[in-house]
This record gives sequence, structure tokens and C-alpha cells, in this order.
Amino acid sequence: MRNDITRRDAIGLGLSVAAFAATGAAAQAPSNIRVADVAAPSLPIEKGASLRMLRPVRFVQPDEDVFRANAKRFTDTTGVEVKVDFVGWEDINQQTAVTANSGAGPDIIIGFQDAPHIYVDKLIELSDVAEYLGKRYGGWLFLADKYGKRAKSNNWIGLPFGASGGPLVYRKSVLKQIGYDRVPDDHAGVLDVCRKLQKVGKPAGFALGNAVGDGNGFAQWLLWSHNAALLDADGNLIINSKETVAALKYLKELYPTFIAGTPSWNDVSNNRAYSSEEIALTSNGISLYFALKKDPATAAIAEDSEHQFSPKGLAATYPMGGLTLNAMVFNHSPYPNAAKAFLQFMLEKEQYEPWLNANSGYWAQPLAAYADAAVWSGDPKVAIFKDTMKNEYWDGYKGPISTATGAIRADYVLVQMCASVATDAATPEQAAAEAERRAKRYFRR
Amino acid sequence: MSVTTLPSSALTQRQQSWLVRLFDYKPFLIVMCLAPAIGLLTVFLTYPLGLGIWLAFTDTTIGRRGVFVGLENFQYLLSDPLWWNAVFYSVFYTAVATFGKFALGFWLALLLNNHFPFKSLLRAIVLLPWIVPTVLSALAFWWIYDPQFSIISYLLVDVLHWRTSNIDFLGTPWPARFSLIAANIWRGIPFVAISLLAGLQTISPSLYEAAMLDGASASQRFRYITFPMMMPILAIVMTFSIIFTFTDFQLVYAITRGGPVNSTHLLATLAFQRGIAGGELGEGAAIAVSMIPFLVFATLFSYFGLARRKWQQGEAND
Repeated sequence: MRNDITRRDAIGLGLSVAAFAATGAAAQAPSNIRVADVAAPSLPIEKGASLRMLRPVRFVQPDEDVFRANAKRFTDTTGVEVKVDFVGWEDINQQTAVTANSGAGPDIIIGFQDAPHIYVDKLIELSDVAEYLGKRYGGWLFLADKYGKRAKSNNWIGLPFGASGGPLVYRKSVLKQIGYDRVPDDHAGVLDVCRKLQKVGKPAGFALGNAVGDGNGFAQWLLWSHNAALLDADGNLIINSKETVAALKYLKELYPTFIAGTPSWNDVSNNRAYSSEEIALTSNGISLYFALKKDPATAAIAEDSEHQFSPKGLAATYPMGGLTLNAMVFNHSPYPNAAKAFLQFMLEKEQYEPWLNANSGYWAQPLAAYADAAVWSGDPKVAIFKDTMKNEYWDGYKGPISTATGAIRADYVLVQMCASVATDAATPEQAAAEAERRAKRYFRR
Repeated sequence: MSVTTLPSSALTQRQQSWLVRLFDYKPFLIVMCLAPAIGLLTVFLTYPLGLGIWLAFTDTTIGRRGVFVGLENFQYLLSDPLWWNAVFYSVFYTAVATFGKFALGFWLALLLNNHFPFKSLLRAIVLLPWIVPTVLSALAFWWIYDPQFSIISYLLVDVLHWRTSNIDFLGTPWPARFSLIAANIWRGIPFVAISLLAGLQTISPSLYEAAMLDGASASQRFRYITFPMMMPILAIVMTFSIIFTFTDFQLVYAITRGGPVNSTHLLATLAFQRGIAGGELGEGAAIAVSMIPFLVFATLFSYFGLARRKWQQGEAND
């Protein structure tokens, strides 16, 4: 009954064919996920338990439908009532803060990446569930491990549910026109591509404005691909380094090739400029591709688009991170076992695989075994997002994740360091020193 | 029978007289009548303001209770070039935008004060920019100033061929600053124009008639009748306008978020950016508190300064 309504709704809403096919297929097709036989931790559910949880709102309707259906199945098997509320992305951090400080409210929150590290004192440890899931599904991927465990320990404080990456997206035909099949992996090659793109009137464009996602994504790529970083492994600030200055000097050469106005770009600006064929190269999550594909007027652009990992530059692996969903259980919950059992249930194959497929690529799995899910064998342009959580870079790389690393992202410290150099407001040396000054303030305790 | 009724009636009588006496007691009545108003003011004004000021002296962050740190936040702000930058732009923004709003608003009020067809309808239409929710007009300006899709760039480049490249309104500091001021002026003119129009209509026509009989020119009538008579209302409207402009948030946050590179942060947007987005509630509160002296000064200046008869009439008071 519930499923029928869901499907009709999905058609009625005119969602992408891929998303519908994925949900439909997942219900019938046999699963490819390999499972190891591991004993589940014993979690006797408290008598009369009921749960409340918050999570960020969906990208696509099937996400919410499948998530709710999974929660209902948990209720049917265990008798534990679960109330799921979907919260706007902008609000989830504040609501998590209130929940943590007041010691009341939801038992579980799926927040973003660093949230469990900020409220670690208010959470219960999830190591038993995490270790069981890790053994059962081929191990946690790098980013999941990083965001799930407390720094320099093996204690799990969060259970990552997925991540969304932002690789390069480019127009195949335009790159071919300037003599390239793809963007090269070295800095000189990237610069050459951008210069030639500018010459043919279809320049590159990367956000240098106050854009939380795209702005930070570009600034971090610039630093990481030059082996520069905010912190060293012990958490000391190393942003004011010769690597950073080298990265900023490179930006000074690269920036004039961008389309005009990128210092005022926000998170949607590059999507708009790419969709209207003003630019031929940018970096973005998968949403841009789906938006182009869904609209008949821009389907041709989607057809001509290709994703690729951000260029390595001097880095050993692709210098990319990923926006990570991270679940936590608060210690004010009267039903910690029920909460843990619920999260474990949602990450088990029977629930997680349909949910992953329903998201049609917006979220990539944290557990290795789910790489065989049907969603990754559909559209080849989506497949590149499969390994998002294998990325080995995170906010605050290469140091421990903390409140300060999240604040530096939210306050655009690194983005503005880059933008001030690009717009000639500061020399690379001045900009690096200024970023260090602002970062010091956030790290003062 | 009589024994049971007598005490109860005596009791009600005594109770009544006690209540009546209480309600006849002036101090009690005063307290009763003021309590709701004082309660509302305390809960919704005094407490938040007090809490904000208290937070400014702590190192509270979102997610962690702070401890009292004295003036540490303010000391940091004094050493923070971004705060000084916000102070500069807040004052500059307020000064230029207020001047623009009053020059154009006064002019518009004088025009609207004439007799012409569809007078009331036009006066209502003029109010539109003020009525539209700020966020909507901010979004409209955001499109107008967009580096790629600006209607102004489109007209100049593709239609009139006066330029070969789009105008970069928000990509460099000074154009971005003036673009925001222009948006603020556009939004503020109706408020000034309609308020001043109300003031203009209170000026007695007999004054103008007398001046005309004395042979005063139009500019003299403006200088010696309209302007002095408008001074009191100018003072009030300007006080309001300065406060609204200095504390503006929505226009700047929706259009530039303080960019490029923090060049268009007002104190209000910087306080939000540091306090809520950056999570440093104490520092954000300190930035908000640092606006108070400017606001008090601006208010006192326009209220006492412009309302003085000496200024209005060029004579000594009394």
C-alpha cells in the first residue's frame, strides 16, 4: 500500500527516470552485496522504548520515502515507534547545538561530518555497532573511518550514512576543441586548459565567493593539491607555509582565466553559469548533472558533460573531500540500545541498499560492500561518485576534527584567503598570514 | 435557618468590601495595569538585550557554555581589521545611503505634493519598494547585479552594444559597496518620501501666499518656508532612517554575504557571520553590542541637533 503510493507520487512529481528505475529495480532485483557472517552485538531493547530523530532534508523524494519505509519496518519488527523529522540543511547545526546543550529533544540526529566531534561529551559510544557493521560489510571506507572515530582513538562516536563529493565537471566537446580529452592531473596542464578555454570563449569558473560548499571545495583543492594544509597531524596550525604561498601564487596565474565575477559567486552561481553554457569547466556535486539531464532544454548539455576527479597536482591521491552524513546518539536518550539497534538496522543491507539506490548517486556508501549496489552500474556518469568516501581528505586535514575546523569552513577563512589574492587585495604572503591570524582565533582553546 | 444564612452573607459582605477596598487602592491599581506591559517588555526586550550584552563578555560558542572573559572580545575586535572594515562600511553605507534617500525622497515628496491626475494612485504606487519584503527585493537586485545574467549588462552589451563585457557589479570591493548602497536607497526612498509628503501637507498654504505677495521666488519659498517647517519631521524621519540603515542586514546578506573578501560586511552581517555561522556567539554578541554607541550617537545627533530651533531658524534659542 505504502509502496504503491510512493511510486505513483514519484511519477506524478516527474522525477528523473533513473531515480524511479533505481527504486523500482531495488525492490525486485536480487542484491549483489556480499555479507560476512558476523554475530551482531547484543542490544536488548528497553521496555516501552520509542525514538525521535532528526535528519537533513532529502535531495530526491525517493530518499525520504524509502527512509520512512525502513523506519516503519523497524517499528514493525521491534515494536519501537520511530518519529523521523526532516530538517533544512541550514538549520540542522543549530538544532543539534540546542539538543546537545539542553539535554532534551531527539535521541538520534543525523548531522553533517564534524557534528559528533563537536558534541562528543553529550554522545554515547557506538563502537560495538560500528565494528560489527565494518566486519559484516567489508570495512568502513577512509572518510567514514575519519568522521566516525574520535581523533586518535578507535572509539566510534558517529555512524556515517553517506557522502556527497564535488569532482570536476566539464564539456567534452569544448575540451576536444582545445585538444584535450580530459583535464590533466598536473598544475601546468590545468592552467593550460583554463587558458585555452578562455581563448575559445568558454572559460572555467570556480567559486571564490562566500559559498560554503563550492568555495571551500575549490580553496581546499588548491591547498591540498600543493601539499598545503590547515593543520599538521598533531593539530598545529601550518596554514602559513611555503606550500600555501606557492598555491596562492599558482592561483594568481589561474584566476585571470576564470569567467568574470567569481569572487561574488555563491553555491548556485556555477550551476547557473554552466547550465547556460557560459562556462565549460567547474566543480560541483552530482546535482548539476541531474538538473541538466532532467530538463529537456539542457539534456544535450548533460549528454556532453563528463565528471572527473579533481587534478592531483603534487598530491599522492586525488585531493578531494566529501560532505558526509554522520549519525549520533545523545546520552540523554532513555533508550540507547533501541537507538543503536535502529541505526544498525538502517545500515543493514535490507534497508541500506534500497535507500542508497533510491538516492540515485547523491549519497555514496560508507561501507565497502555497498559498492556493488545497483545504483553504481546504471548511468556511467554517476559511477564516479561511487568511491567518494575513499577520498583521503577532510575538513581540517591533516589534523583532528574539531569545532574550530567546522567554524573555519563556515567563516570562509580559506576561501577568503584565496579570493583576496585573486582580486589583488593581498599578496600571497599577506593572505596566508591573515588566514593564520583568523584561524588562531578559532583554535585559541 | 437564620443561624446558617447569617454568617455566609456576612462573609460575602466582608469579602466584597475587602476586594472593593483593594481595587480602590491606587498603588495596587497602578501595579496591576502596568504589570502586563512591563512583563512583555522584560521578557521580549530587556531580557534578550541583557543576554546579548552579557554574552559579549563571555566566550560562549554554539554548543558550549562560556565563561566571563571581561573585555577580551572587544580587545580582539579592536585588533581585527575585519571589524574595522565593517565599522567603516557601516558608517559609509549609512551616510551615503541616508543622504541619497533624503535628497531623492524629499524631491519625490515635493513632486507628489503637486496637483496632478491619479494623485492618490501614484502615491500608493510609490510605496511599493517599501512594502515588498526586503528579501524579495534583495533577490531581485541579486539578479540585477549577477555577473553573468545581469539585465543591465544585457542591455549595455547585447542590445545597445555600448560595452563588450559584462559589468562586474559585485566582484570587486568598491563597485560592490556602491551597488548595495544603490539597492538600499531604492528601497528607502518611499519611506522618506511619504513621511515628508505628510509633513509638507501640514504646511499652511497661507504662508506661501503671504510669501508670494512679498515677491518671494520659488527657491526662496523653499529655503525660508518649506525647509524650516519640515525640520522637526525631517529629524524624526532621519533618526528612523539612520537606525534602519545602520542595522540593515537582509539586503547585504542576501546579495553579497559580506563579500567580495569581506569588503561589504556591515556590523550586523559580521555579527551574524561570526556568531551564528562561525559559532562564536560571544564574539558575535560583542560585534552587535559595538553597534550601540554608534546608534546612540546618531539618534542623539539627529534628534537633538536637527530639532533645535536655532538650527531651524538661524537664531538663538528662545
